[in-house]
Amino acid sequence: MSQDQSPLMQVQDLRIEYLTAGAPFRAVRDVSFDINRNEVLGLAGESGCGKSTIAYGLMRLHKPPALIRQGQILFEGRDVLAFDDAALRAWRWSEVSMVFQSAMNSLNPVMTVLGQFSDMLNAHQKTARARVIIRTAEMLEMVGIPAERMHAYPHQLSGGMRQRVALALALTLRPKLIIMDEPTTALDVVVQREILQEVLRLRSELGFSVLFITHDLALMAQISDRIGIMKEGEIVEIGDTNQIVNAPQHDYTRTLWEAMPVLEQAEASESEAAHVP
Amino acid sequence: MSPKDTITLPDILRLEDLTKTFYVKPVFGPAKVVEALRNVNLSLRPGKALALVGESGSGKSTVGRMIVQHHMPTSGRVLFEGQDIAGFTTKPLQMAYRQAVQMVFQDPFSSLNPAHTIRHHLQRALRLHQPDHADEAAVKRILEEVELDAGTAPDKYPHELSGGQRQRVNFARALAVNARLIVADEPTSMLDVSIRKSVLALMHRLKEERGLSILYITHDIATAEYLAEDTAVMFRGQVVEQGPTATVVGQPRHGYTQLLRAAVPDPKVPLTGGDGAFARRAREVREAAAAPVRAYTQMAPDHLVAHH
Repeated sequence: MSQDQSPLMQVQDLRIEYLTAGAPFRAVRDVSFDINRNEVLGLAGESGCGKSTIAYGLMRLHKPPALIRQGQILFEGRDVLAFDDAALRAWRWSEVSMVFQSAMNSLNPVMTVLGQFSDMLNAHQKTARARVIIRTAEMLEMVGIPAERMHAYPHQLSGGMRQRVALALALTLRPKLIIMDEPTTALDVVVQREILQEVLRLRSELGFSVLFITHDLALMAQISDRIGIMKEGEIVEIGDTNQIVNAPQHDYTRTLWEAMPVLEQAEASESEAAHVP
Repeated sequence: MSPKDTITLPDILRLEDLTKTFYVKPVFGPAKVVEALRNVNLSLRPGKALALVGESGSGKSTVGRMIVQHHMPTSGRVLFEGQDIAGFTTKPLQMAYRQAVQMVFQDPFSSLNPAHTIRHHLQRALRLHQPDHADEAAVKRILEEVELDAGTAPDKYPHELSGGQRQRVNFARALAVNARLIVADEPTSMLDVSIRKSVLALMHRLKEERGLSILYITHDIATAEYLAEDTAVMFRGQVVEQGPTATVVGQPRHGYTQLLRAAVPDPKVPLTGGDGAFARRAREVREAAAAPVRAYTQMAPDHLVAHH
């Protein structure tokens, strides 16, 4: 962990366009924001607002017809857009990793969990098999999965466990930033809560930043330090969670809040639920 | 909401000791027995909504599918307006039942035929079930009822509509056959948060104005509170708690309901890493709630809580 106070990642005037048969579609419109060290930055918006495009763009995982047209992405002062292929491969996963929306699709179905760890570790540094096994066991234990499940195939694990495996894979190389694109949308609320508390616990233990993308504002407010609200490719408002929750400035932020059914009896039963035997 | 109403109005739908066991034989590995439903008893009052809440795999969708006869019960009965639906064996009886009970599915993107216009979808339903009212005016009237633009919508294809609009077409289709009971299986979970509430509002209006009965299957307890008079919470194929929504959501008594309730994101309460207390509690509650239900305790009129 560095004591450096400068932002971990700086995004300036980022513009991403999708080429179409007609005029290019501007999915991300000159967006600027910083991700600080050890911070959870939330990015919220409806589907199609460009939040996932940003996530992919930051790791340069976007594929044609998506193109970064202008702007700058600085990671600890280094220009990510200037990386060559080798530098990019080394940078990805070891310094920035990603947890995708559906763990069902992000794990290789014909490989055991151990195989996927082995693949990833060896892609970055030749690692002895014994070492791979030790590392995999460590990481699985860390996210709350018994180590012996490393020999299981993805289909033998529940949705929640697969999402934990994806999280463990993203954490193994101790990245400084983890991008989470709707990491718990496919899970039910109880499992969602368990996994996110795990993420927050690991963050205080290991120290990393999170870019958390979701359309669930209530969830985002619970785990983020700061929140950016996106609409049609622009960040319309960005601020401390407290401010976005209690004093939203932009009309669109207010509209988003109003569109959500919120439990009315929230306080009453929360205290009662805390006393479960 | 008083017990008197329940007496004067017979239940439109009643499930009695419904049990469903699936025998699964995967391509690889041994066959296994999945107890999808274990002795489920539920009732739905006419013109009201019953929310069926639970995690994925809890059996809530299986209940919905058994009501529309996608699956046959292993044991137990489904009663529609007092009659066992297994007895609807003749064509006219089957037709009448299918007309009365319609399903709206989770995925608005795959539940409409991409090759046909919205007019086709609605007219087909009208012709089959209300041949006297299958004209253009009827299509327009139904579209207006679900708050779609009656002028432009009939000529559109499903891909030209948003998810929320498509879900409205699905409700319109159920209205076109004159359904009295709609089984809505997670109708809003694939929609954007910003339009979720408007679809819920539509269901609410259809219930209040047309007197439709709704079985609302969801994993989202907050939307249940918005729509349904009664709520039943399911876990591993059993109903663990049921009663008036205000009570079940407001003062949950079963450990699993309390867990579910506590896990609903509340923007005012920041999460912390904590000491894993929630995960520990979740594990304990799941273990306890998976055991067979021995009996139900009546906490208040209509409020039942399971004991394992």
